[in-house]
Amino acid sequence: MTAVETEHKGWLGRSVKRKEDARFIVGRGNYIEDIKLPGMLHMAILRSPYAHANINSIDTSRAMELPGVVVVVTGDLLAEHKLAWMPTLSGDTQAVLATDKVRMQGQEVACVIAEDPYVAHDALELIDVDYEPLPVVMTPQAALEDGAPVIRDDKEDQTDNRIYHWEAGDAEATEKAFAEADKVVQLVTHYPRCHPAPLECCGCVADVNPATGKATVYMTSQAPHVHRTVFALVAGLPEQNIQIISPDIGGGFGNKVPVYPGYVVATAASLLLGRPVKWIEDRTGNLISTGFARDFYMDGELALKEDGTMTGLRVKMLSDQGYAFADAQPSKFKAGLFHIVTGSYDIPAAHVVTEGAYTNKAPGGVAYRCSFRVTEASFFIERLVQTAAYELGADPAELRRQNFIPPEKFPYTSATGFEYDSGDYEPALDQALQRVGYTVLREEQKRAREEGRLLGIGLASFTEVVGAGPSRHYDILGIKMFDSAELRVHPTGKAILKLGVKSQGQGHETTFAQIVAEELGIPPEDITVQ
Amino acid sequence: MITQTKPTTQEIAVTVNGQEHSLVVESRLLLVHLLREKLGLTGTHVGCDTSSCGACTVLVDGVPLKSCTHFAVQVDGREVKTVEGLAKGGELHPLQQGFHEEHGLQCGFCTPAMLLVSAALLEENPDPTEEEIRWALSGNICRCTGYQNIVKSVQWAAKKMKETS
Amino acid sequence: MYPAAFEYFAPATLDEALDVLGRYDEGDAKVLAGGMSLIPVMKLRFAAPRALVDINRIGGLDTLAEEDGRLRIGALVRHKTCERSGLLKGKYGALGDAAPLISDPIVRNLGTVAGSLAHADPQGDWGSVMLAVRAEVVARSADRERTIPIDQLFQGPFTTSLQPNEIVTEVRVPAPGRAGGTYLKLERKVGDFATVGVAVHVTMSNGTVEQAGIALTGVGPTNVRAAEAEESLTAQALDEEAIDEAARLAAAAAQPRTDLRGTEEYKRNVVRIFTARGLRKAKEAMAS
Repeated sequence: MTAVETEHKGWLGRSVKRKEDARFIVGRGNYIEDIKLPGMLHMAILRSPYAHANINSIDTSRAMELPGVVVVVTGDLLAEHKLAWMPTLSGDTQAVLATDKVRMQGQEVACVIAEDPYVAHDALELIDVDYEPLPVVMTPQAALEDGAPVIRDDKEDQTDNRIYHWEAGDAEATEKAFAEADKVVQLVTHYPRCHPAPLECCGCVADVNPATGKATVYMTSQAPHVHRTVFALVAGLPEQNIQIISPDIGGGFGNKVPVYPGYVVATAASLLLGRPVKWIEDRTGNLISTGFARDFYMDGELALKEDGTMTGLRVKMLSDQGYAFADAQPSKFKAGLFHIVTGSYDIPAAHVVTEGAYTNKAPGGVAYRCSFRVTEASFFIERLVQTAAYELGADPAELRRQNFIPPEKFPYTSATGFEYDSGDYEPALDQALQRVGYTVLREEQKRAREEGRLLGIGLASFTEVVGAGPSRHYDILGIKMFDSAELRVHPTGKAILKLGVKSQGQGHETTFAQIVAEELGIPPEDITVQ
Repeated sequence: MITQTKPTTQEIAVTVNGQEHSLVVESRLLLVHLLREKLGLTGTHVGCDTSSCGACTVLVDGVPLKSCTHFAVQVDGREVKTVEGLAKGGELHPLQQGFHEEHGLQCGFCTPAMLLVSAALLEENPDPTEEEIRWALSGNICRCTGYQNIVKSVQWAAKKMKETS
Repeated sequence: MYPAAFEYFAPATLDEALDVLGRYDEGDAKVLAGGMSLIPVMKLRFAAPRALVDINRIGGLDTLAEEDGRLRIGALVRHKTCERSGLLKGKYGALGDAAPLISDPIVRNLGTVAGSLAHADPQGDWGSVMLAVRAEVVARSADRERTIPIDQLFQGPFTTSLQPNEIVTEVRVPAPGRAGGTYLKLERKVGDFATVGVAVHVTMSNGTVEQAGIALTGVGPTNVRAAEAEESLTAQALDEEAIDEAARLAAAAAQPRTDLRGTEEYKRNVVRIFTARGLRKAKEAMAS
């Protein structure tokens, strides 16, 4: 590596070579799958081929007889230790291993713990499960129809598939705005389910020391501290005895935020057997069972005056949550961060109704660019504004400009009750238009259309919500969303910076060191970021 | 009711990064597991189960192949190179330097495979066009970088290698 | 991700390989060449052969040459070899244009043409190419050798008329006189299977079409020969009208299904467009 200058200021904004590269380019990264502990066992998960079925029986006897198999864990065994179900990050429950029923295709039904992963997978074929298929509910619309099979019949008060009904904004004021509108534009759309698919799948090595009671869990985790608390809640282990270690992560994109059954069973098995247990899922498991993104149906309208001024917005949103409500949504806002659906615009009246429904699919919904529904909301308002531009015959850039929240209105509280702390949107729009040569593009478009060619110009303004905020507004499972950092400077002038944020490739070891270097003058190579 | 064949084993001799190894392996042991588990070379990664991602690519007799779609027994008598074999005597390969110089990696998971496929490319074609680089790497997926800097890294290395040759 | 156990054989001669194959019951032993289709299927445990017969160490199976009025493609000729071969241009353009489009560059290092045909994936590219060029496949067992015309090879998805104890040793393409062809493939990304693929191979005689080969990938239970489209071109001049008609008929011959790669209507339209483009390209290739 090159020698680093010891100038004090000027570290921020400087392009610096990454410190973490050194180990990755020689193949010495420390990903979960690379971890080997003495006595370590391997876990494989048997998944349900059915999306909805009763389980009549599970026979693990043949699997248990296979040489090299140590134990086969089923939901019944976990139930004895009250571990068959676990809390989700949204206060619902999700099965660790199925007991009475499977409620999604790919649901975890049994886990084989063996000396060798090949043997573990052989054993999966030797487990006999007697399934009785049930009618499958594949869309939230079908889920909310009268007479639809109740998916979460395990929950005492659940008589249908409705999870939540939230409203935000002022229904009356919005109705009035629409009644008085010169123009109403509608958009009905579906943001389909997609999967973040980080290149490294999820996994863990759980090591519960029987002598000390300490649980060390190496995990693909984007939020090790939150996970530690969840583990304490789920496993009933004292939180100070749990250490979650997230070494190198091969991409997260939100996929490595939820707590998965595999982590829980591996930890329980390690506790039971007194040996480390490694679970690495395969790509199939990752794609069919882990935290996906989106799957939102949105139907909304924008009310406008003749001159293009926006006066009201109303949106109905239906979310396909899968079989458990497992959003990692940190805000206490009803409708989550779908609140920013008024986007960058000064819309005086808005009313948002959001509903969530259970379906026979994998739980989740907020992975991928950590949207917390921000991406869905932004997509919706921008498409709606675009539609309004087409219907009004207005220029999409000018229609936006006209309706931007003006700088003097900040801090601005939107009609759905969300506070935007600061902003100055027009200059950003101007820069974008100028850099892309907008007027030239529009002329080119006109010419192309005259020639019978179609040329499209896309525009979107994105008011991004990043970082969670004060505890009065943000919380998950009581863990709150504050962050912390600890900087320790040693007598020799070297420093260790400990942070609450975990890199999955973003380069924290370099960038945070730059910040400390900027402030304290310690050269970045003398700062270790953990 | 599935009847499973009992695992069979055999002895193989394989040279990995210049070092000879003699091992007894099951016939079904995948090459990637031979490297990662038996030889402790964890730089080669598994990213998928359908041979689609390329993260497991190694060089066998100089030819890139997907080690997750190859059995260890098939490399009996052959020479394998992994990312751990790129640096020579503590000095990084120009490609490794290039990826560092041009920010060609973020999470690092696809990087070993990118390095090896690029190495094979430059061995055969020391002066590739951008198109040729992208074509050669089209079997390797990266989820973080968007590929631009990976291409720049390979170009940096090609330039460096021409200068020093 | 972890295949079931099997016995592994790496014979040095073809006879040894055939002998081992013959010892196993139907379906219990599989031939391993490139392994680019077989091994993934084994890892997902969709197939669990009891034995693998690795033919990669057998000599004499990697010929790629034109001799005695035909192009010979040995069992171990890799896609990469085809991609780089100067032989597969011009009159063999259908093969030369298909080779670089097979899967991805790493798979092409090991995968074989013969293996692809034996695997008979309806989304396999070589199947359409070989139908269009009227190839035949040489299959050997311990007792005999026979030649199977390509039309009689594919029986259904992943099903061929090959016997379990047979190994494809060679693919043969009749050497045409004046001919041109190409392969067009629509894929969502490199390495994906074809949304639609069209192979075109036209031989001319005295200014009109002597024989036309048009075959389709990914729009039927097997690779589909668009026989009516081919017929419509026979003895015709290869002009715009004839091309458009052939394209229309090829689209009608397709049996696409709506799935995540596109609707039936969309795929059928791609067949039509690709057939027309392919025929035009073949025509241009012959003119130059």
